Amino acid sequence: MKRFIGFVKKEFYHIFRDKRSMFILFGMPIAQIMLFGFAITNEINNVDLAILDKSKDAETEKIINSISASKHFKIEAVVGNDDQIEDIFKKGNVKAVLVFEKDFAQNLQTHKKGKVQVVTDATDPNTANTITNYIQSILQHYQQEINISNVAPHQIQVKSRLYYNPELKSVFTFVPGVMTVILMLVSAMMTSISITREKELGTMEILLVSPIKPFQVITGKVFPYIFLSIINAIMILLLGYFVFEMPIEGSLILLALETVLFIVTSLALGILISTISATQQTAMMISLMGLMLPVILLSGFIFPISSMPLALQYISNIIPAKWFIIILKGIMLKGVGISFLWKETLILIGMMVFFLALSIKKYKIRLE
Amino acid sequence: MRSEKVIEVGNLTKKFGDFTAVKGISFEVFKGEIFGFLGANGAGKTTAMKMLIGISKPTSGEATVAGFDVKSNSEMVKKSIGYMSQRFSMYDDLTIKENITFFGGIYGLNRKQIRQKTESVIEELQLQDVADKLVGSLPLGWKQKLAFSVSLLHEPKIVFLDEPTGGVDPITRRQFWELIYAEAHKGTTIFVTTHYMDEAEYCDRVSIMVDGVIEALDTPKKLKEQFKTDSMEGVFLKLARGPLTPALPAGRPKGGIKD
Repeated sequence: MKRFIGFVKKEFYHIFRDKRSMFILFGMPIAQIMLFGFAITNEINNVDLAILDKSKDAETEKIINSISASKHFKIEAVVGNDDQIEDIFKKGNVKAVLVFEKDFAQNLQTHKKGKVQVVTDATDPNTANTITNYIQSILQHYQQEINISNVAPHQIQVKSRLYYNPELKSVFTFVPGVMTVILMLVSAMMTSISITREKELGTMEILLVSPIKPFQVITGKVFPYIFLSIINAIMILLLGYFVFEMPIEGSLILLALETVLFIVTSLALGILISTISATQQTAMMISLMGLMLPVILLSGFIFPISSMPLALQYISNIIPAKWFIIILKGIMLKGVGISFLWKETLILIGMMVFFLALSIKKYKIRLE
Repeated sequence: MRSEKVIEVGNLTKKFGDFTAVKGISFEVFKGEIFGFLGANGAGKTTAMKMLIGISKPTSGEATVAGFDVKSNSEMVKKSIGYMSQRFSMYDDLTIKENITFFGGIYGLNRKQIRQKTESVIEELQLQDVADKLVGSLPLGWKQKLAFSVSLLHEPKIVFLDEPTGGVDPITRRQFWELIYAEAHKGTTIFVTTHYMDEAEYCDRVSIMVDGVIEALDTPKKLKEQFKTDSMEGVFLKLARGPLTPALPAGRPKGGIKD
């Protein structure tokens, strides 16, 4: 036990004296959360809009007012005719133009039909889509208002309600994602680098010749990272909670246990990487290409798995991060317990056991 | 003094698949002896040494180190030996004191012993002014002397030195060998591999390995008589160019013969 404490102490010296490690451990989580939370977002705010009002009546004015009152749009310009629409797009700022037909109010009164066209700059298709949806919903809202006075006989009204994330805050998907990436980074990449560093420097040989057992060497090396990963997880959750109002609906204990499960799985991957790479650089490359890229691209963190090609959907199943993200979202947003997450949990446990066994086996072979 | 055998090797063999790296070597090393273990690149020197220090399992044959069998009792072997590798083997980002504390700790020394050892090592090597400096800031010669002292922290019966003086100047090497002599004088057995032939002259006895076999083993003086040459360099070259082996592999940029 005393040996173990000495070992862990030494490991902390390595970490705290290395600026790069310190940055990855403490700078990175904060920077990532802030980046994803504030800068990279799927929501649209203050989008520049132009109006082409061919009718200029009381109705169109009301609609324009309600649009400019929303925080999503800013009316940037008024266009005189159709030809100017393209010119204004080419300038770049304006992302959408709202066109009212001639005699809009009159048509609405007599034919019960007013026509509006939304022209969007689709160089960024996602934004264009979102803008169209937002404007449609504002118009629908307006339509309902005027229908109260003269009710149409048959109407199907769609009232959608968004469970678990009613405001569609993108930060709600980013917090679990960033947490997964950071834990993977700290647990797998940092440990694999720190183990290979000992190999590279030749100190691993000294440790193997000493009475300390290989098992103790590995546990001594990974323990500090378990500790630091947990601190990181707490840090990210606190940031999410206080800065972005990310809720934690479910059980904190379950969240903690699942997090530790994922950390240990990642550590096992880290040990495995360190057994197959001889230098720190190799370990880093394998970690980045083999772990970080799949985690970011295939785990459902940024791109929804259901819209991936079938082959990639199958591949995503072998990525531990995918299951952890499902678990995190389940606990934090839906507030569900283990009875709903047992499948994902079992898969993670299975992966952990597999990677641990494999890394122990690989490590033993190396010693022969 | 020559009575007690601390290393006994009998017919020790190591195979990697079809390739036999060590072909049934046998020798003995006595207490307090400085035993030089020489051989060219790929002669099997490092493989043989790894079996003796318990990190590689012999394919067949016997070896006892400090009275313990390396196959069945490698844990006890590890406790009885010290080891310093050719690559400088301490942590650059730890201070001298922290390194001593750490290595003392993994060899099971208690706090009081560690404190005493730290003081004596620092005093012996006159490192008082830099004791709290990171080891990375020390010159290589100092690091190697420190690494040697650290390998002796737990007062092992035998210390294995794998090319301990690689890359340092002759004066520092001379100082290093003074440390080795002093330690051997206390009764510690020194098992050293080297590729500097002048260092081979300092050893009490020298073994020369060629192609997995020990081709010669005696005092430097007798070896020189036997091979009718006036330096160990000459002995080595004659052996290596003997009928049993092809020419020496091309020398490394550093010069000398290295394994």
